[in-house]
Amino acid sequence: MMSETFIELSRLQFAMTALYHFLFVPLTLGLSFLLAIMESVYVMTGKPVYKDMVRFWGKLFGINFALGVATGITMEFQFGTNWAYYSHYVGDIFGTPLAIEGLMAFFLESTFIGLFFFGWDRLSKTQHLTVTWLVALGSNLSALWILIANGWMQNPVGSAFNPDTMRMEMTSFSAMLFNPVAQVKFVHTVSAGYVTGAMFVLAISAWYLLKRRDRAFAHRSFAIAAAFGLASCLSVITLGDESGYELGDVQKVKLAAIEAMWETEPAPAAFTLFGFPNDAAMITEHAVQIPYLMGLIATRSLDQPIMGLKELIAENETRIRRGMTAYTALEQWRAGNHSDALRTILTAPYNDLGYALLLKKYTPNVTTASDEQIRQAARDTVPRVAPLFWSFRLMVAFGFWMLLLFGLAFYYCAQRVIEHKRWLLWLALLSLPLPWLSAELGWVVAEYGRQPWTVSGMLPTHLSASTLSIAQVAFSLSGFVLFYSALLIVELFLMIKYARLGPSSLGTGRYHFEGGAALTAQPAAPHSATTQP
Amino acid sequence: MTDLLAFLLSYETLRVIWWLFVGILLIGFAITDGFDLGVGTLLPFLGRNDEERRVIINVVGPTWEGNQVWFILGGGAIFAAWPAVYATAFSGFFVALILTLFALILRPVGFDYRSKLPDPRWRHFWDWGLFIGGAVPALVFGVAFGNLFLGVPFHFDNDLRVEYTGSFFGLLNPFGLLSGIVSLAMLVMHGAIYLQLRTEGNIQQRAQHAVARAAQVFLGAFALAGLWLIIGVDGYRLEHFAGVTAPSNPLNKTVVREGWAWLAHYGQHPWMLLAPIAGFAGAVLAWRCSQRQQPGRGFIASALTLAGVILTAGFTLFPFILPSSSDPNSSLTVWDATSSHLTLKWMFGVTVIFLPIILLYTSWVFSKLRGTVTVAQIHAADKTLY
Repeated sequence: MMSETFIELSRLQFAMTALYHFLFVPLTLGLSFLLAIMESVYVMTGKPVYKDMVRFWGKLFGINFALGVATGITMEFQFGTNWAYYSHYVGDIFGTPLAIEGLMAFFLESTFIGLFFFGWDRLSKTQHLTVTWLVALGSNLSALWILIANGWMQNPVGSAFNPDTMRMEMTSFSAMLFNPVAQVKFVHTVSAGYVTGAMFVLAISAWYLLKRRDRAFAHRSFAIAAAFGLASCLSVITLGDESGYELGDVQKVKLAAIEAMWETEPAPAAFTLFGFPNDAAMITEHAVQIPYLMGLIATRSLDQPIMGLKELIAENETRIRRGMTAYTALEQWRAGNHSDALRTILTAPYNDLGYALLLKKYTPNVTTASDEQIRQAARDTVPRVAPLFWSFRLMVAFGFWMLLLFGLAFYYCAQRVIEHKRWLLWLALLSLPLPWLSAELGWVVAEYGRQPWTVSGMLPTHLSASTLSIAQVAFSLSGFVLFYSALLIVELFLMIKYARLGPSSLGTGRYHFEGGAALTAQPAAPHSATTQP
Repeated sequence: MTDLLAFLLSYETLRVIWWLFVGILLIGFAITDGFDLGVGTLLPFLGRNDEERRVIINVVGPTWEGNQVWFILGGGAIFAAWPAVYATAFSGFFVALILTLFALILRPVGFDYRSKLPDPRWRHFWDWGLFIGGAVPALVFGVAFGNLFLGVPFHFDNDLRVEYTGSFFGLLNPFGLLSGIVSLAMLVMHGAIYLQLRTEGNIQQRAQHAVARAAQVFLGAFALAGLWLIIGVDGYRLEHFAGVTAPSNPLNKTVVREGWAWLAHYGQHPWMLLAPIAGFAGAVLAWRCSQRQQPGRGFIASALTLAGVILTAGFTLFPFILPSSSDPNSSLTVWDATSSHLTLKWMFGVTVIFLPIILLYTSWVFSKLRGTVTVAQIHAADKTLY
C-alpha cells in the first residue's frame, strides 16, 4: 500500500502540470482558428491590414504556442514516469488515442507552424492560407484525440479485463472512438478554446481602441473576435448543457456531487442555484433551489428521478461486494486455476472488479474486508462536494457573463458605434482572464469530479501511481513548480510587452509607435520587405 | 493475397512489425530532431557573436518543432504498442527522464523567446539553454540505451506492478556513459554537417571542423563500445517462453544471463553485421564528404550512421526490449510486452496510412524552406526571425 502523502503529491503534480498546460492549449485552439479566418479575409479582399492582423496576432500566438509545446512534452511522458501502474493497466486502450494524436494531429500542426511563421515569402497566398488552416486543423484534431483518451477515463467503454495479462484490454476500437462522453467533451472543450481566442483578441483590441491607436487594425480585430466569440459562446454553453445530459447517464456520482444532491430527488428534480455543501454532515445549508430545472438538464424529462449521493453510496457498496466476488475469482486464477468459469467472471464487462480494488486502500486482503472497510470504501466513491459545487457554478457564471459581453460587443459593432461605448471596451478588457479561469474550473469539475478513480469504476487513483519514493516525487514536483513558474513569468512579460507594442512590433512602418499615419489609410506598397527570411 | 494479409496481421508478425515501427520512429527522430539536438549543442561554440548565433538558430528554427514530434510520437507509440515498456522504462529511469524533460522544455522557449528581447544577457542565457536542451537529451538517450545492454534492476509482483530497485547514479556506469558519448558524438556530427549545408563563410568552416572532430570521437567511442560489448558484457538469452502469439505476460518465461549472448544473432544471420558496418562507414563517409565540401552527401552518410547505430542496438537486443538484471525472468521482450492483438492491428492500420502522409508533407515543408541562412538575412528580417 502506498502512503497517502505519496499519492497526494503525485496527484498534485499531475493536476499542476495539466492545469498549467491548459493555460496555453485553449488559446492555441481558438487563436489558430481566428488566424485562419483573418487570413481567409486577407486572401479574399487583398487588404494588407488583414495580413498584418494575421502576423501580429500570430506573433502572440507563437509566444503562447511555445509554452503549450513545452508543457505538452511533460504530459506525454508523465503517465509513464509517475503513473506506471495506470500505464501498464490501461495502456492497451489509453495509449492508442495518444499515439494517433501524434500521427494525425500534432505532426501536422508542428510541421506547418514553422512555415506559418517563416513561409510568407516562400509561398503563394493560397499556399500560405492552406498552411494556416492546416495548423488550425492540426491543433483541433489534437484536442479530439486527447479528449477521446480522456473520455475513455470518464466512461471506459469498449474494454475488458484480461486475466492472462492482468490488465484491461481493448475489445472495440469503434466504441472508444464514438464514446458519447468523448464526443461531447471534445465539442465543449474546443468551443471553450474558441471563446478564449476570441476574448484574447477582443480584450487587447479593446485596449487599443481605448488608447485610440491603430484604430483600423483594432476595430477589424475586435469585430472578428466579437462575431466568432458570440458563436463560440453559444456553442460552449449549449454543449456544456449537453455534457450535463451525458454525465447524467454515465457518471451519476459526479453529477450529484456537482449539484450537491445528497438525497434522491423525486421527479422533476430541482436545481440548487446556491447553498453551502457540508461534506461531513452530508447536507447543503441555505440552499436556493429552482424547481424542475435539474430534471430537465440531466434527464430531458419531467418524470424521471435523479439519484442522490446517499443512495449512490449505498449502491456502490453493493457494487464493492459484487466486485469482491470477481476479486476472489482473480485470486483463484492467480493460484493456478485457469478454468473457463473463472475466465467468464473475470472478463465480464460488469463484474465490478474495479470497485473491489477500492478496498486496497484499507486492506491488502480484499476478499476478507470487514463491513466497516467496505463502508469506508463506498463513502470514498464520492469526491468532496464543495469544490465541485463551487467550481461548476463559477464556470457557468463566467460563461453567461461572456455570452452577454460578446452579444453586446457584436451588437455595437454591427451598429458601428463600438468606439463610443467605452464602458463596454473597459468591460472587455477586464474580462480577459475569465475564459482561462473557466477552462481551469472546467478541468477541476471534470477531473476532480472523477475521483476516486483514474478510470471510472475500473482503476482507483491510489493504485495508479508508480512505485517511487516520496523524495523522487517531491523532487519532480518542486522542479516543475519552480521551472513552470519562471517560464510563466517570462511568458507573461513577453506577452504584455508585445501586446502593448501592438502591430508596431511587425516593423512595417505603418503603425502607432513607428510614427505611422496609417490609421485607416492604405499604404502604397502593401508588401513590406521585412518578411524575408 | 488473403494469405499475405493474414500473415501480416497475425499477432506474431505484428509484434515484429511494431518492433520495426518503433525502430523507424527512433531513426526518424535521430535523423530529423537529431540534427536539432546537435545544432543546439554546437550553438555557443560555432556562433561567436549574436548575429552568428541567430544564423545557427534560424537554420533549424522553422523545422525543429515538427522534428521534435518524432520524439513525442516515439513516446506515444511505445505507450500504445509496448505499455509495459512505457511503464517500466519511464518510471525506472525517473530522475534521468525528468531531467531530460526539463532540458527539452528549454528548447521551445529558447527558440521562440531568445530574440524577442535585445538584452545580450537574456540572449546569452538562452543560448546556453539551447545548449542544455540539445546536449542533455542527446547524452541521456545514449546512456539509457547503453544500460539496456547491461540490464536494469526491476521486477514485477503478481499484479504486474513494476518496481525499479536501482538508482539514478546506477545508470551512470562506465558502459552507460560510453554509450552516451556515442550518442552525443553522432548527433553533434549530424548537426554539424547540417550546419555546413545550410550556412556560409565562418560558420560553415567551423562546422566543417566540428564534423571532423565529432566523427573521430564517434568512431573511437563506437568501436570501443563494440569491443566492450564483445569482451566484457554478459547478454541475455530467452530460454523458455510461452510462444510468439501468447498473451503479453512478462512473467511466463525463463531468461538466462550468459557471455556472448548478445552476439548470437550475428552468427545466425551474418547480414545483420551490415548495421554496425553502416554505423562506421557512414561516419567515415560523412567526414570525407564534409572535407570535400559536399555536405549534402555528407548529410545522407551521417543519416546512414544514425540508422546503423540504432539498428545495431535493435539487432543485438532482439527479442529483448528491456532486460532485467535483478530478476531476468521479468525482462520485457517483443513477445510479452506488447499490446493486445486488436490494439496492434488498429495501430498498424493508422500508422500505414499516416506515416507516408507525414513523410510527404514534411518533405514539402523542407523543400520550401531550403537554402542557406546568412547574416544579411538576419539583418533584413530582424523583427521576424528567431
